[in-house]
Amino acid sequence: MSTLLSLSGVSKTFERGLEAIARIDLDVASGEFLSLVGPSGCGKSTALRIAAGLVQPTGGTVSWPQGRPQLGFVFQEPTLMPWADVLANVRLPLELQNAGASEARERALRAIARAGLKGFEAAYPRELSGGMKMRASIARAIAAEPKLLLMDEPFAALDELSRQALNDTLLAIAREDAMTVIFVTHSVYESSYLSSRVAVMTPRPGRIAADIRLHPPPLRDQSYRLTQEFADAAGRVSAALRSAMEGRA
Amino acid sequence: MNRFWTYLFPLMLGIAALALWEFLVRHYEVPVFVLPGPVAVAGALFDNFGSLLGSLWVTLAVTWIAFAIALAGGLALAVLFAESRALEAALFPYAVVLQVTPVVAIAPLILIWVGYEHVERAAVVIALIVAFFPILSNATLGLRSVDPGLADLFRLYGASRWQTLVRLRLPGALPYILAGMKISGGLALIGAVVAEFVAGSGTATGLAWRITESGNRLEIAKMFAALALLSGVGIANFYLLAFFEWLLLHRWHESALKRQG
Repeated sequence: MSTLLSLSGVSKTFERGLEAIARIDLDVASGEFLSLVGPSGCGKSTALRIAAGLVQPTGGTVSWPQGRPQLGFVFQEPTLMPWADVLANVRLPLELQNAGASEARERALRAIARAGLKGFEAAYPRELSGGMKMRASIARAIAAEPKLLLMDEPFAALDELSRQALNDTLLAIAREDAMTVIFVTHSVYESSYLSSRVAVMTPRPGRIAADIRLHPPPLRDQSYRLTQEFADAAGRVSAALRSAMEGRA
Repeated sequence: MNRFWTYLFPLMLGIAALALWEFLVRHYEVPVFVLPGPVAVAGALFDNFGSLLGSLWVTLAVTWIAFAIALAGGLALAVLFAESRALEAALFPYAVVLQVTPVVAIAPLILIWVGYEHVERAAVVIALIVAFFPILSNATLGLRSVDPGLADLFRLYGASRWQTLVRLRLPGALPYILAGMKISGGLALIGAVVAEFVAGSGTATGLAWRITESGNRLEIAKMFAALALLSGVGIANFYLLAFFEWLLLHRWHESALKRQG
C-alpha cells in the first residue's frame, strides 16, 4: 500500500513551554483505518491538528507523497452553525470550495442520507440529539468526498448505543469510499472495533509507544464485539497502552 | 400564568391607575395648569392631533435617520475592528470618549457648528452620537466571539476572509448586533429629544419642542399629550426592533427559544 501521509520527527511545544508531542514518526497508508490511542492530554489531538494543517509543528515535517488530498475533519464537538439547518451545514464545505449550487445541494443530500440523517435536512442543530448532531457533522465531513478523514474523539460525549451505531455508520462509509481514516480516541474498545491499525501514544509529551496491526473482518457488525478475535485485539491494545503509561511512571 | 392574564393584568392596572388619577384630580380640584386629568389630556391630544402628528413625524424622522446611519456606520467600523486589531487599538479609545461625554454638554456646540437654521441636521448628528456606540461595541464583541471550532473548519476548507466574514462572523454576531440595535433605537430617540430641547427655538418643530412650548404657555394637558406620543413612539420602536430580533433569531438562538420539556 502506498503512503498517503508521512509525519517525521514531528514535535510541538506551545508558546507557554508546554511540550505536547515529542517526536512522532508515523506513515499512514492509503485505505488504512488508524486509531491514535492514548491518555488524556497526550497530544493525540495536537498530532491530528498538525496533520490537518490547523497547527504548525515546531519541529519535523509533514509530507504528502501523493499530494495533499481532500481532507475531512470531525471535531470532538459537532461544531455546527446554529443558525443554519442541517442541509446548509453539510453544504458548507462544498460552497466554501465554490461548488455549483445544485451540485452542492445534491452531494450534501447524499452525504446526509449516508450519515443516516435522511428526513432531517431542514432541522436546526438545536432540534437534534447529540448523536444526530454528530451524524450531521460526519455528513459535512464526507460531503466533499475526502480521501482522508480526520476524527478527533468524535463520539466521546455520546451514550454507548449511539456510539456503537455511529461506529458502524462510519465503518460502512469508510469501506464504501475506500477512505483513509485517522481516528483519535481514548477508548481501547472503540479503537479495537474500528481500526486496522492502532498507534498507542505515551503520556505528555506524546510519542508513539506501540504500533499494532489488527485484522478485523472487513464486514463486521455488533456481533464482532462478542468474538474471541475482538477480545484478543482489545487485549493487545490495552496491554500496549498500559505499558506506555508505565514507561513514564 | 397564561398569555391572557399576562396581557390582562397590566391593562387592568393601567386603567385603574388612570381612573384613580382622574378621580384625585377632580376630587381635590387640582388646577389644570398644574396637573390635568387623563380626560383633559385625551382632549388636548384630540384637539391638537394634526399638529402633534406633524411634530411626531419630525422627531421620528430624526430618530430613524440617526439610527440608520448609526447602524450602517457602527457595523462597518465593527467589521474593520474585527479584521484589524491595530485599527481597533487606534480608534476605540476615541469612540469611548465620544460615548462617555454627556451629549447634553456637547449639543450646544453641535448646534452652533451645524447652524440654528438646520436644527434637524444638528439633531441627527446628536442622536447619531448617542446611538452609535452600542452598535459598534456590541457588533465588535459579536464579530470576535466566533466559535473556535467553526473558525478551524473554515480554515480547513480554505475559506477566504470575505467568506469567513459573511458566512461565519456576521451570522454569529447577529444576536449581539440586535441587542445593540435595541439599545441604540431607544438612545436615538433620546438624542433627538435632547437636541430639540437644546435648540430651544430656531426652526425646531419636533415633539420635544412642542413639550417645551406647551410648558412655557402653561398648556400642561397638551404637554402631557405630546409626552404620551413620545413614550408611544419609544415603545413602538422598541417592540418593532424586538419583533425584528425574534424574526431573525427564533429558529436557532437560545435567547428566543421557549424552554422545552
